[in-house]
Amino acid sequence: MTEFALQQYLDFAYIVAVVLFILSLRFLSSPTTARMGVLAGEIGAALAVLATLFNPEVAQYKWVLIPLIIGAGVGVPLGLVHMTAVPQRTALSHAFGALSAAMIGIAEYYVGTEPVTRFQMGEIGLEVIIGSLTFTGSLIAAGKLQEILPQRPIVYRGQNIVSLSVLALALGLAVALVFNPAHALLFPIMVIVALIFGVLLVTPIGGADMPTVISLLNSYAGFSAALLGFVLNSKVLVVAGALDGSSGFILSLIMCKAMNRSFTNVMFGAFGQVQASTAAAKEERVVRSANPEEAAAILSAASKVVIVPGYGMAVAQAQHKVRELYDVLTKKGVEVRFAIHPVAGRMPGHMNVLLAEADIPYDQLIEMDEINGDFPQTDVALVIGANDVTNPAARTDQSSPIFGMPILDVDKAHTVMVIKRSMNPGFAGIDNPLYYLNQTLMLFGDAKQFVGSIVRELGGGH
Amino acid sequence: MPADFISNLYVFILAGFVGFEVIRRVSPLLHTPLMSLTNALDAIVVVAAIIIAGRHETRLTTILGAIAVAASFSNMVGGFVITDRMLRMFKSGRSKQS
Repeated sequence: MTEFALQQYLDFAYIVAVVLFILSLRFLSSPTTARMGVLAGEIGAALAVLATLFNPEVAQYKWVLIPLIIGAGVGVPLGLVHMTAVPQRTALSHAFGALSAAMIGIAEYYVGTEPVTRFQMGEIGLEVIIGSLTFTGSLIAAGKLQEILPQRPIVYRGQNIVSLSVLALALGLAVALVFNPAHALLFPIMVIVALIFGVLLVTPIGGADMPTVISLLNSYAGFSAALLGFVLNSKVLVVAGALDGSSGFILSLIMCKAMNRSFTNVMFGAFGQVQASTAAAKEERVVRSANPEEAAAILSAASKVVIVPGYGMAVAQAQHKVRELYDVLTKKGVEVRFAIHPVAGRMPGHMNVLLAEADIPYDQLIEMDEINGDFPQTDVALVIGANDVTNPAARTDQSSPIFGMPILDVDKAHTVMVIKRSMNPGFAGIDNPLYYLNQTLMLFGDAKQFVGSIVRELGGGH
Repeated sequence: MPADFISNLYVFILAGFVGFEVIRRVSPLLHTPLMSLTNALDAIVVVAAIIIAGRHETRLTTILGAIAVAASFSNMVGGFVITDRMLRMFKSGRSKQS
């Protein structure tokens, strides 16, 4: 009887946690309330964990508390990584989440004396497959983002057939297990095949597609947790998994739209992705360039400036110099805003974090759809380390691999300045007609040094 | 089909809709913190891991449970830490001048 009452208290704690989780995400709608969202989430999570420690099913604490301490010991440093490393940290946390969901699913198969029912077997099979493939897939993604693994897509002929056959094999083994749950040999084979599929899923995907991949893995990790909730009949897991899964799913759809990919393309990872055509006809075209002095003169004569940052800016560690440029121009009465493409950076919203870290006020960070109408009234568009997201060929050239991708209409500004190391094409290897326009000035050099020189010319900085 | 499955399906579908409506409202400005926060919330699987490890049924399930506890708890702790760090950096132009 007392145990029954205790169980009810525990359930009640989980319900409170679920409410706090939803509020947590609700608070994230605005930067002013967002930190309260973290607090709500923390209270909810702490409540749920503490309640669970009082669960009478927990017979021993040694193998609970030691892993908790290890987890905290690993988690804190992972929470303190540099902001440019957030994408790989996120991919790694998808891997951890999926690992943990898969481990629990596997344990659930071996737990108890009698074999699981067919229905449970179906749930466990699906859950373990998704968890396992998300685990290895996320590890590959993290390796690519950390640049331990090659960034370029690794492709070979018949890749899709091989990968899909491996997935089919994993699903086939799960079906076989449903018919005979006691067939203990098949289960570990299914897990291994699913782990292999995760590797095959992400290996062919190139660095430029990482924002989509990372969102998709987020969604898989969430749904594997929700499925685990079904297996264990735990509503708190179903809710948290559904929230995480739908969040990742929405983000992958946004990323897809921003890269002009189809819905089915999302569902199957980035199979059959656009291959960059490097064989574009190379005719001699004139490029005009300028030095820091000239660039500074143009910027200080402007009244409206839009800066278009890309991941190249973060690679060059130029964001703090860009902040100085923002300060000195603002002081001169120039209106400076930042145009943020949804796929700028290496994960959704990454560029905003990098600019916020450099202390640039978030009200100056403007989304693509909002700022595109303002480019015709913009005196100077300054592109720093961005390439494909400014390529006007996406609007006009049907033969371009990025045709149809929404871009920032920088070519409509009165003057365009592009800071770039050289005329080499960017990440996707696509030529950018923007550079040959009459109003475009190329500023050749390292982004950090070049912006620093402009700031000095303008009499600012340190 | 077990009755539990049906009630879980109800919860899943409703939570999916709630998630969709709530997350749709999150400003694109905060999409990175959104991902790290949902990651931390998703780490609530730690409660299931604690029970598996704590039940101490067989050596295998205890090991699997212990790995799951460590992996998910590191997500929970790390996810909250990094989300808060990121959100602290977002300052509006108005608040900075004051």
